Amino acid sequence: MITKKDLEHVAWLSRLELSEEDKEKYAPRLNSILDYFGELDKVDTEGVEPTYHVLALSNVFREDEVNSPTKSLTQEEALSNAPKKQDGFFKAPRMM
Amino acid sequence: MYENPDGVKIGLEVHVQLNKLKTKVFCGCSTDYHNDLPNSHVCPVCLGLPGSMPVINRKAVEAAIKVGLALNCRVEEHTQFYRKNYYYPDLPKGFQITQYDFPISSQGYVMIEGEDGEHKIRITRAHMEEDPGRLVHEGTIDKSKYTLVDYNRSGMALLEIVSEPDLRSPKEARRYLDKLRNILEYLDVFDGDLEGALRVDANISIMGGQRAEVKNISSHKGAERALLYEIVRQKNVVRRGGVVVQETRHFDEAREITLSMRTKEEAHDYRYFPEPDLVPLKISGWAPAIKETLPELPDARRLRFVEQYGIIDEHAKALTSELKLAIFYEDIAKRTDPKTAAVWIADVLKGELNYRDLTIDAFRREDMLKILELLTSKKITEDGAVDIIRTILDKGGTPEEIVKEKGLVKVEGDIVETAALDAIKENPQAVADYKAGKEKALNSLVGAVMKKTKGRADARTVREVLLRKLG
Amino acid sequence: MWQSINELKERIHADSSEEIVAEYLERIGSSKLNAFITVDRDGAISRAREIDSRGSDGALAGIPVAIKDNISTKGLLTTCASNILKGYVPPYDAHVIERLKEAGAVIIGKTNMDEFAMGTSTETSFYGPTKNPWGMDRVPGGSSGGSAAAVAGGEAPLSLGSDTGGSVRCPASFCGIVGLKPTYGVISRYGLIAYANSLEQIGPFATNVRDAAALFDVVAGHDARDSTSVDREVDYSSALQNDVRGLKIGVPQEYFGDGTDERVEKTVRDAIHTLEDLGASWTEVKMPHTKYALAAYYVIAMSEASSNLARFDGMRYGLRTEDSDWHTTFSQVRAAGFGEEVKRRILLGTFALSAGYHDKYYLKALRVRTLVKQDFDRAFRDVDVLIAPTMPYPAFRLGEKIGDPLSLYLADVDTVPINLAGVPSISVPCGFSDGLPIGMQIIGKHFDEASILRAAYTFEENTDFHTRRPEGM
Repeated sequence: MITKKDLEHVAWLSRLELSEEDKEKYAPRLNSILDYFGELDKVDTEGVEPTYHVLALSNVFREDEVNSPTKSLTQEEALSNAPKKQDGFFKAPRMM
Repeated sequence: MYENPDGVKIGLEVHVQLNKLKTKVFCGCSTDYHNDLPNSHVCPVCLGLPGSMPVINRKAVEAAIKVGLALNCRVEEHTQFYRKNYYYPDLPKGFQITQYDFPISSQGYVMIEGEDGEHKIRITRAHMEEDPGRLVHEGTIDKSKYTLVDYNRSGMALLEIVSEPDLRSPKEARRYLDKLRNILEYLDVFDGDLEGALRVDANISIMGGQRAEVKNISSHKGAERALLYEIVRQKNVVRRGGVVVQETRHFDEAREITLSMRTKEEAHDYRYFPEPDLVPLKISGWAPAIKETLPELPDARRLRFVEQYGIIDEHAKALTSELKLAIFYEDIAKRTDPKTAAVWIADVLKGELNYRDLTIDAFRREDMLKILELLTSKKITEDGAVDIIRTILDKGGTPEEIVKEKGLVKVEGDIVETAALDAIKENPQAVADYKAGKEKALNSLVGAVMKKTKGRADARTVREVLLRKLG
Repeated sequence: MWQSINELKERIHADSSEEIVAEYLERIGSSKLNAFITVDRDGAISRAREIDSRGSDGALAGIPVAIKDNISTKGLLTTCASNILKGYVPPYDAHVIERLKEAGAVIIGKTNMDEFAMGTSTETSFYGPTKNPWGMDRVPGGSSGGSAAAVAGGEAPLSLGSDTGGSVRCPASFCGIVGLKPTYGVISRYGLIAYANSLEQIGPFATNVRDAAALFDVVAGHDARDSTSVDREVDYSSALQNDVRGLKIGVPQEYFGDGTDERVEKTVRDAIHTLEDLGASWTEVKMPHTKYALAAYYVIAMSEASSNLARFDGMRYGLRTEDSDWHTTFSQVRAAGFGEEVKRRILLGTFALSAGYHDKYYLKALRVRTLVKQDFDRAFRDVDVLIAPTMPYPAFRLGEKIGDPLSLYLADVDTVPINLAGVPSISVPCGFSDGLPIGMQIIGKHFDEASILRAAYTFEENTDFHTRRPEGM
């Protein structure tokens, strides 16, 4: 079960700022859902391989040629949605 | 057997950019972004735009296998890419596509010149991943009011080569990096001169204590300095009764110190899971075919130089330590006496280049050939040859021009005889000392003659003439 | 306004595409369904004019298509019904959009959905819920509720949605139209804003099977930009034959479980009998791991989602709040930009992948996935298709379930196993309950869209459920 501390840790790992009120609100529903996930414990999966990819595809490549298969964008297109930019760079907040 | 008095253990994680590929690892953006505008070599994939999907560059996989084989690794039959989830402005997707379980190659080794002779450094793994973007700050990272991001570099193919902590000193670490870089250049998968081509994270501990991780090292020299600093720092911590803490430190290149990077991002839970958009690679058949195409590697070339050109191992080692140097030498060795060429390139030229922090690119092959020709035809002295080399490196010009300008044509015959007689006449004390049994007194006489002939006489010949005249 | 592709083509030939498009635009303009987030009036008209003047022999020349707002459209706002993508205009088209354009289609607008495709009712949209044309107090289903309501409400003849755990089939069922989730890998996901990569597929909506197959034909096929896309040449339209003689139907008892509405059960069983009368045969099949599929689905989907949504930090696109230091700003942007359900799934997904819980949840769910898939493999040894209810009940009321997330998750119980196995499934209307549509899903083997289309087409040709229209529409 998720304690308040667990929730704070997971919120940090997810980079989701939660207010005290949020924490109160989210915790019970998260727990009831996790409870439901406990259904999985009822299945015996001894010796069963996990399915990461549902089709048995392998060895899919692209060739080392420019614009193959994805075409590059212009600088203008790349920055077209940037909330903040400067001199052709994306502008992000200070690190510290 | 090297004692390793401080119990130093160093492991290096070297990130090599496969910048000789035409495109990035998961998209078709070109790799020659250096000197171009920021964010001008990007696409939805390497920008991490919503809805974009990666596709693996076949040549990158081939290059990774080449490197794995050259490092004596075992190449995995079945390899998979994973997501490493963490947050940083240079990481546009909020995760890096890398490898975790089933890396493309593992369990290899590299031989280096250790503190006590040949030393084996084990390679844990060499795996593929993508490069993040580049951050630019106003001033230093801790003082900057904002962060500028350029994603041109984002998505470049990287090979992460992880060593076991088998390195026992900063010097060995430096040699390991030199050896790695050399091998990689021989494989032609990477151009070490381009910016960002090679980055190092170092892990170091002393006396069985906790290890510190040092990041932001971008040169071999930097690595050595950072590690030297760390040893001193860690020893001081212990001496003051403290305990070395396991932490991440940042290498400040300018001040050559390491700084603690204790930020909130300590608890690293990367939540690795296989990248759902990339299917597994079954590449067991690839290694043997690629092995056939491997070029001659440094160690093999060194042996061949000794056998084929009859040069000594010391010279062969020096000449094969850089690919460009080896090619330079071999070209010349085929056109003149290889042993002489070895001495003059490995000992003299290399020394002069190192002193000036230059590479072999600073010297023309034709010039070296000319100098060797002038030497063997006895038109100049050895000192003269050294003078020519230095002048070319410092000022430029061709050997013929310099010989003419500086009047370096070897002086001999009568001029030497005359100068010798004059020297004997002008230095009676030295003559007396020599005759009294002081062999060394001859040197000052030789010096006097060299001065008179402005260094253009051959020193050995001068000695012979003086000895003859002194009786 | 419920015109089939063929009818529209005749009209376009007689009049023009521009006229058709204008009619649809007017209908959308006076609609109360809230099926659209963005209507591209100017773009659609100019495109229609272009087709009219230049001519086009494309399969969908001049036909309007509505697109779920999680599919990237170059130059056209794409929001995933989320505040965090406020103002985002992609600089590139998704693969399916390129295909539609090549075929001469006219993209009329972007449809409403549950935020980031996370939901079963289109109630988590930042832009408010979409109404069900069959009952304005009812949900249209989700997460592709807007696309389904638009077609059912006569606002577009065709639309595209996406199906991660039922998000095409559920709204098709609730809105009384046809919705297809293809085999995993058949339609390229390049440009589909990812929720759960290993589970989802784009799927077509239409008022009839023939049109759904035609739209499917245009957008399906290999794409070198999607490494999970398959390279198979198939022509699905040729599967449209009115003939199910010899077709072996499997009926999994687990899909008629306790929570299933009686009327739904009866209606679907009647439909199976209809097919039986037409020459098919059916048997009961056992799929014992069905009851664990829901938990496995949600663990996997949330885990992948938590990672897929990590890129939304306000630096390169979307919402940006006041700057403090980078990590803090990041957390604040996401707190302000994501809705409650999305946050919940990110938190749970992160938890399921985190150190100490990874094996217990994520890895365990992947093993259960294998067992669910094996249930299908085993069943298909003896039968050609499976038939089951699409949803356990008809459309519920707006607001009825949104307060209890878990109860909404349980609504997906019949649709998620199909995504876990990666098999194709089509939902077709097969009856009504108090005026609300009931859908049945016909499920096939991997890459056997032909069989399920044939069964669906035959059913449609021999019934008239698909001809009924919502009142007042």
